[in-house]
Amino acid sequence: MKLARLTALAAAIVVSISQANAEPIRIGEINSYTRLPAFTEPYKKGWEMALEEINAKGGVDGRQLEVISRDDAGKPGNAVKIAEELVKRENVALLAGTFFSHIGLAVSDYAKQNKVLFVASEPLSDAIVWSKGNDYTFRLRPSTYMQAAMLAAEAAKTDAVKWATVAPNYAYGKDAVAAFKQVLTKLKPSVEFVDEQWPALFKIDAGVTVRALEAAKPEGIYNVTFGPDLGALVREGSVRGLFDGRTVVSLLTGEPEYLEPLKDEAPKGWIVTGYPWYAIDTPEHNAFKAAYEKRWGETLKMGSLVGYNTLLSIAALLEKSGSTDTDKMVAAMKGLEVSTPQGKIVYRAADHQATMGSWVGRTDVADGKGVMTGWKYVDGADVLPSAEEARAMRPAN
Amino acid sequence: MGFYVAQFLTGLASASSLFLVAAGLSIIFGVTRIVNFAHGSLFMLGAFIAYSISQKLGFWLAVPLAALSVGAIGWAMERTVLSRLYAAPELFQLVATFGLVLIIQDAALWIWGPTDLLGPRAPGLTGVVRILGQPVPEYDLFLIAVGLMVLGGIWWMFTRTRFGILVRAATEDREMLQALGVRPARLFQVTFFIGAALAGLGGALEMPRQPASLLMDLNIIAEAFVVVVIGGMGSVVGAFLAALLIAQLNAFGILILPEITLVAAFAAMAVVLIIRPYGLLGKPATTQPHAVEIQPPQTLAGYGRIAAIALVAVLVVLPLVADSFVVVLTGDIMIFALFAAGLHFMMGTGGLISFGHAAFFGLGAYAAAIFVRDTGAGMEIALILAPAAAAVGAAIVGWFAIRLSGVYLAMLTLAAAQILWSAGVQWQDVTGGDDGILGIWPAQWASGTTAYYYLTLALASTGIAALMMAAGGRFGHLLRAGRDAPARAQALGIDIDRRRWAAIVISGTAAGLAGGLFAFSKGSVFPDVLAIPNSVDALVMVLLGGLHAPAGPILGASVFALLEDSLSRLSYWRALLGAAVVGIALFAPGGIAGTISAWLTGRRKETA
Repeated sequence: MKLARLTALAAAIVVSISQANAEPIRIGEINSYTRLPAFTEPYKKGWEMALEEINAKGGVDGRQLEVISRDDAGKPGNAVKIAEELVKRENVALLAGTFFSHIGLAVSDYAKQNKVLFVASEPLSDAIVWSKGNDYTFRLRPSTYMQAAMLAAEAAKTDAVKWATVAPNYAYGKDAVAAFKQVLTKLKPSVEFVDEQWPALFKIDAGVTVRALEAAKPEGIYNVTFGPDLGALVREGSVRGLFDGRTVVSLLTGEPEYLEPLKDEAPKGWIVTGYPWYAIDTPEHNAFKAAYEKRWGETLKMGSLVGYNTLLSIAALLEKSGSTDTDKMVAAMKGLEVSTPQGKIVYRAADHQATMGSWVGRTDVADGKGVMTGWKYVDGADVLPSAEEARAMRPAN
Repeated sequence: MGFYVAQFLTGLASASSLFLVAAGLSIIFGVTRIVNFAHGSLFMLGAFIAYSISQKLGFWLAVPLAALSVGAIGWAMERTVLSRLYAAPELFQLVATFGLVLIIQDAALWIWGPTDLLGPRAPGLTGVVRILGQPVPEYDLFLIAVGLMVLGGIWWMFTRTRFGILVRAATEDREMLQALGVRPARLFQVTFFIGAALAGLGGALEMPRQPASLLMDLNIIAEAFVVVVIGGMGSVVGAFLAALLIAQLNAFGILILPEITLVAAFAAMAVVLIIRPYGLLGKPATTQPHAVEIQPPQTLAGYGRIAAIALVAVLVVLPLVADSFVVVLTGDIMIFALFAAGLHFMMGTGGLISFGHAAFFGLGAYAAAIFVRDTGAGMEIALILAPAAAAVGAAIVGWFAIRLSGVYLAMLTLAAAQILWSAGVQWQDVTGGDDGILGIWPAQWASGTTAYYYLTLALASTGIAALMMAAGGRFGHLLRAGRDAPARAQALGIDIDRRRWAAIVISGTAAGLAGGLFAFSKGSVFPDVLAIPNSVDALVMVLLGGLHAPAGPILGASVFALLEDSLSRLSYWRALLGAAVVGIALFAPGGIAGTISAWLTGRRKETA
């Protein structure tokens, strides 16, 4: 053990000496680490591991990568201030990160104003790449629209005609319900939406919400709540039999961040988007899973994959552009292909959205844990609007 | 029919859990006059501790043990921190409880990790009872019973035990009780223990209803305050009625208007306060302050004037010597200093507390942003509109607020801020909702870090100087008269209400200008400028700086912003920031500026 550490240390020293004359490429990273640690900690572990792997292989073009990571405490004003510091004082080549949509938007607008490349890793808002998209911002994670469209396609295959929706009362919830309604109505014009509930984010009064849904007598329920709201909704809904005999479609619920805390009370038979990391069996993913468990001693979360893919994307970008000049990097981002543990993804030139997909399946309980079964991987490219449609949604600039 | 009965019972269960938290808060405020921001943190600790105990000892032992543990934590909080601050100016303890919130947040993250923890259901109460054919969970009925038992228990304690009678006496008239020889120290300790234990019980009993999560503390605290204020501060029965009102409003409100969830409680509070200025069962403070405490006027004298001139000189040359990020950070601090100075004017000179000052900051920011977006016109007019819009908002809020006093007034401003915040979130056509308004950058001549810095410096320093002059001038004197001796001031023919109203408008105007400057410095506006944390930051800056010192808001804003900026580079930085805030509170109970000025005055006296 000691010997291994010493060897590693020696290797690290040799590597760093041999590259001492090449300045590292600095990447500025901003995220809501203290506001929502449940999601951002695994994300951080993901990109840290990717960073170590990339640098161990010698970095990009002989230059090491260095990430300067900062906490925005969940405030967009802070995030912009940090962006200023990273760009002006730390001389980072590009910005990356953010979880909350409004913080992602604030940083994307800063990027546009100051002509800095921004790789938005986690925010889900459609506006980031569409209605408020700009030349300098690219987004990795499948958007609200993409995930809702995946679920609507599955919902259209069920018998349910009368639907009720329950979503947190803020932009993400509103967008997710609107996208689901739009796609489902297009696929199956006979559907009818009989009720919608808008509990305040992370403050759901689950008992009364469940009863209001029950009163509408829907055949299908579309859920967008997550985190502690989801736990409360599942408990109050199960005890009152809300989900019995109904089709339930639920956004993000299959992601380990949300499914694992429910343990053996995880709902059964819900159609969800998520991340069945335990069952994906491809060589790339198996290697990723093994490396992550070895490095951190814990299992994968959705955030781990997003964080890992973020840094892989940046490394691929730097390989391709061969320069840290912003215009060259922006050009390289368009159509950039990245090999990730989930296969190849492409950053579309038309709307700057990556084609990172998601897994769609049904929830079940196995060995006292919530899992996804009967899942399939839906490529993001299959649910995104065409390049022309996407371009039309973006402001002209 | 059955449906409505069941909906009512479900609402009643929610009311019970809300009541448990609010009752403790109300008792603590009634006796100690401490606005305990950390009460939500105690609730959260209750849930986490109950989870941990339940893993070993099961649900039924976990609940009482968690309540007792949290009671002990509350007791320790009182002993180590708050008991040292009873002599500090009104509300100053709030700063310390704010620091404790930050410390407890990071401690919980460190101990229990970031993942939500779903505790066990209550064994024996996992099923449902059919009432008029509708399923009602047994646990809901149990919660209702616990709520009623706690209400009964507190009532019994207050009316039948010596301790309860002392508590009531302390609530009515603390000075008199002390004069009669009752030592308040022990009374306060027991009160804190009971109040905290009730919060812990509330948190523990949430185990079967929702997972323990790190968001519980801030999610419950605003609502708990609302309940306490609607009920009447210090009135436990009032808190029960208020919890009932809010829970039922939510239970039936969402059947008609599902989007009501964001504002129901705050709108109800605004209505109640306008009709009943002391809440449902609260009583107006029957006793005037026993001795009129006349605070000296707030003017810059001697050292202060020299310091102010030196400060402006340093700020003028700063961009020539410092790197551009220092300039950006200093610009931010000046904006916050202006925001805090406005609040300080209202609170320090006017004695009018605001818990919702973000309302005016946000109005300014949104007015500027909406104007630029919709007209495409320039920053110059937007920066006039920002304070103007905030002034109008402040005039409207102030019109209702001046009839109230103390914490009730503060809570009405909070209600106003929350109603505006929910408009910011829900009125998407105008405000852009959560996605906000982007692309609000300064005009060409003011763009660039240095140019915008000088614009900020010019406007902020003018604003702060104007506020200082108003506080030191005739208007400030009349305002202070109304604050320290309202009866005498009225007898002299001073229209206090008009002055107070004007003070709120002036204060709001300064906040609006700060908001407008903030919008152009960040390039975008989101509802968070209207949200509670923004109000709390301003409040902490003012109190930390010192309520009765003219340099207070400048020092408070600088220290707070610099601490946050430097500490947030470290892990577990919130605990460090919290510890720093608590430390300052303990060592400088007059605020930073107040303590410095007391020290300087003391030295001058010694040398004289």
